[in-house]
Amino acid sequence: MKFLAARRRNPLVALGLLLVALVAVGGGYAAIANIQPAQASASSQTQVEEGKRLYLAGCSSCHGMAAQGTSNGPTLLGVGAAAVDFQVSTGRMPLAAPGAQAIVKTPTYNETQIAALAAYVASLAPGPAIPTAEDTSFDNADVAQGGVLFRTNCAQCHQAAGQGGALTQGKWAPNLMQATPKEMIEAMITGPASMPVFSDGTLPIKDKQAIISYVNNLQNASSPGGLDLGRLGPVTEGLFLWTAVFAALIAAAVWIGIKAR
Amino acid sequence: MSTTSPVETKGAAAATYLDQRLGSNKFLARNLGKVFPDHWSFMLGEIALYSFIVVLLTGTYLTLFFKPSMVELVYNGSYVPLKGIQMSEAYSSTLDISFDVRGGLLIRQMHHWAALLFVAAMSVHMFRVFFTGAFRKPRELNWIIGVVLVTMGLGAGFTGYSLPDDLLSGTGLQIIRGIVQSIPVIGTWGAFLLFGGEFPGTDIISRLYPIHILLIPGLILALVTVHLIMVFTQKHTQFPGPGRTNDNVVGYPLLPVYMAKAGGFFFIVFGVIALIGGLVSINPIWIFGPYTPDQVSAGSQPDWYIGWLDGALRLMPNLESTIAGFTLSWNVLVPSVIIPGLLFTALGAYPFIEQFVTGDKREHHLLDRPRNAPTRTALGVMALTFYLLLFIGGGNDLIAAAFNMSINSIIWFLRITLFILPPLMFVLTRRICLGLQRRDNAKLLHGYEAGRILRLPHGEFIEVHEPLSVKELAVITSKSDISPLPIPQKTDIDGVKNKNYKSESRRAKLSHFFYGENIPLPTAAEIAAGQAHVAHDAAIEAPLHAYEDADQIENFHGGVLHHPGMAQTNAEQQDDR
Repeated sequence: MKFLAARRRNPLVALGLLLVALVAVGGGYAAIANIQPAQASASSQTQVEEGKRLYLAGCSSCHGMAAQGTSNGPTLLGVGAAAVDFQVSTGRMPLAAPGAQAIVKTPTYNETQIAALAAYVASLAPGPAIPTAEDTSFDNADVAQGGVLFRTNCAQCHQAAGQGGALTQGKWAPNLMQATPKEMIEAMITGPASMPVFSDGTLPIKDKQAIISYVNNLQNASSPGGLDLGRLGPVTEGLFLWTAVFAALIAAAVWIGIKAR
Repeated sequence: MSTTSPVETKGAAAATYLDQRLGSNKFLARNLGKVFPDHWSFMLGEIALYSFIVVLLTGTYLTLFFKPSMVELVYNGSYVPLKGIQMSEAYSSTLDISFDVRGGLLIRQMHHWAALLFVAAMSVHMFRVFFTGAFRKPRELNWIIGVVLVTMGLGAGFTGYSLPDDLLSGTGLQIIRGIVQSIPVIGTWGAFLLFGGEFPGTDIISRLYPIHILLIPGLILALVTVHLIMVFTQKHTQFPGPGRTNDNVVGYPLLPVYMAKAGGFFFIVFGVIALIGGLVSINPIWIFGPYTPDQVSAGSQPDWYIGWLDGALRLMPNLESTIAGFTLSWNVLVPSVIIPGLLFTALGAYPFIEQFVTGDKREHHLLDRPRNAPTRTALGVMALTFYLLLFIGGGNDLIAAAFNMSINSIIWFLRITLFILPPLMFVLTRRICLGLQRRDNAKLLHGYEAGRILRLPHGEFIEVHEPLSVKELAVITSKSDISPLPIPQKTDIDGVKNKNYKSESRRAKLSHFFYGENIPLPTAAEIAAGQAHVAHDAAIEAPLHAYEDADQIENFHGGVLHHPGMAQTNAEQQDDR
């Protein structure tokens, strides 16, 4: 022990201990965080009970032990299975960090776990259900009518080409180019973040399907005019003009000017 | 005559044919040899001219298919996502141009890109003219024509933006309506007059159409002609250089050199526009959909040249006041009417303001280097900074979305910097200009630093300075120093009161503001002394260059040469030689 005793006052010791402590805490947390879901999927409890357990472990610190809401998160009573499915399956929940708005990331839970969470929250109070395959099918929808509805109801935030846009105080309306039909219906019926709720009373399911069909068309549309510059309108067009086109012409002018000297 | 080639004979015959009918030979002989100075920045105006020609050509093609009518119809063209939708005939015919007319989309995109380029090239051309002082006497009137041309360009662009009657067009017109309404007293009635009733009405497209295709292009064409004739008769300005004076023009004759260059450049500009017209999408109106007043898209923006006005509107705080029951909308009036009004008035009046302040009534054909007019350059940079901040403001929502920022923070940042940054840039630019003047003077007095350090026999180190090239010398000494107007006396020698004392002293103050800070060029004697010093350096260094065994030299440092194997003092080396 003489070796250690002699060196315990070395200034590097504090740093080393800190490193060891950080690795222990971080590694321990990661181990626990990884193990928990595995246990859950292996358990044989009913879906709701499983959901409750997941809820208490992963959600209750902000939404409250009985989903009643706290100062850190809203109540989940009445939000329905659709809201849970939308928020958790897109990775928005659990929140990565407090901020203006939840960001989309890789989902933390797998499909069975999300279904369990949704079932638990739905069991607390009635709310919108996860849309069925029939709801999300838009084979018979009128794409042109969907365009009209999209421009009337959605374009003021999501932009006419569905590229998204800025809202106040750092919030934003997301880009819809990766949105799936199920996510779109869920967003419309639950109104996540700043989005208003478009219930089936105000916007019948047929109209929702038409909108989805139009967005799907935007997602897959080719650009007849060539390079689409992000379909963001005159700003990117102006940027392209000043950076690429004008620079090329100035270079040509300089070239012509030099040649004759 | 047998030596004349057939081509020459044909050319001569054609010239004679024309001369006998038009008397053109004398005119051509006088003008085809006219000399134009050469500099890349003199071609910025050419870019504007050539893109305008492309706009005219493509625009003519578009008029063959476009229908300026707001009659509602049901679309039945080939773009499926809009099939069966009610829209105006203007929008539907623009869709037809894009999807069903052969070459229509290419021509439409070329038209739009060329229009953006037209205004861009005009603006940059204007900056060149401003910062080099090319607007000075005798070219003040041509400057005003240029400013009118820029305004016309904005007008042409905006009316064109509004014609397709898509969602962006209508949103722009909605804003125009708000701007007209904000004008005190006549606003409401003015808006009714413009739109023929309530917005959007059924008249606006058919009213904008003749303005866009006839009135504005006609005016631009006429003004461009006058603009060019004036350049021709007044002769082009030139940058200072060897042999270039205020009374001559050094360059190349119109024919063949300048014609070939200008012609070639036309094809380059045309080619670039055709290329991007074919490869890069612009204003895909089918995505924005037909205009209806109940719809608006996020990220609705004007084309770039209106961006600064949109930015002003976005940055302006929401101020309104009520006078005798009538609302005065400062929130729209200030950014959309007062600021552009002031800016364009100042722009047009600038040559006269500078002339008044400086009392400089001489003719100028030799361009100023921006550093030699520090106050003008600083004023220009200040205005440009102001403009750019507003311009950034016009894209605040896209910037917020692209960089994950809060749009509110961006607005507040710009609101504050709009007042802080321009004056700061003024001071900074003037200091930089004066610093560059000092540097020029140092070069005149000491030559430029060759980067070679020489150790003299007694141990002193000197850096070798080399004389300036003839060109650089001519450029630097082209500067003309102007002293500010003298401070007026309250009474003259005879004790008579100066009636104009107040205005004269105000003018003297302005003149002092303009010319007070200046680094005068050294006198000829000082320059001669400086050059002698440079020659002295060269004389000291000369033996090193003349050293006959230069190939054998192994070490060269500190100006001391060493033979391989033996150390020598400088004196010994001198003796060796």
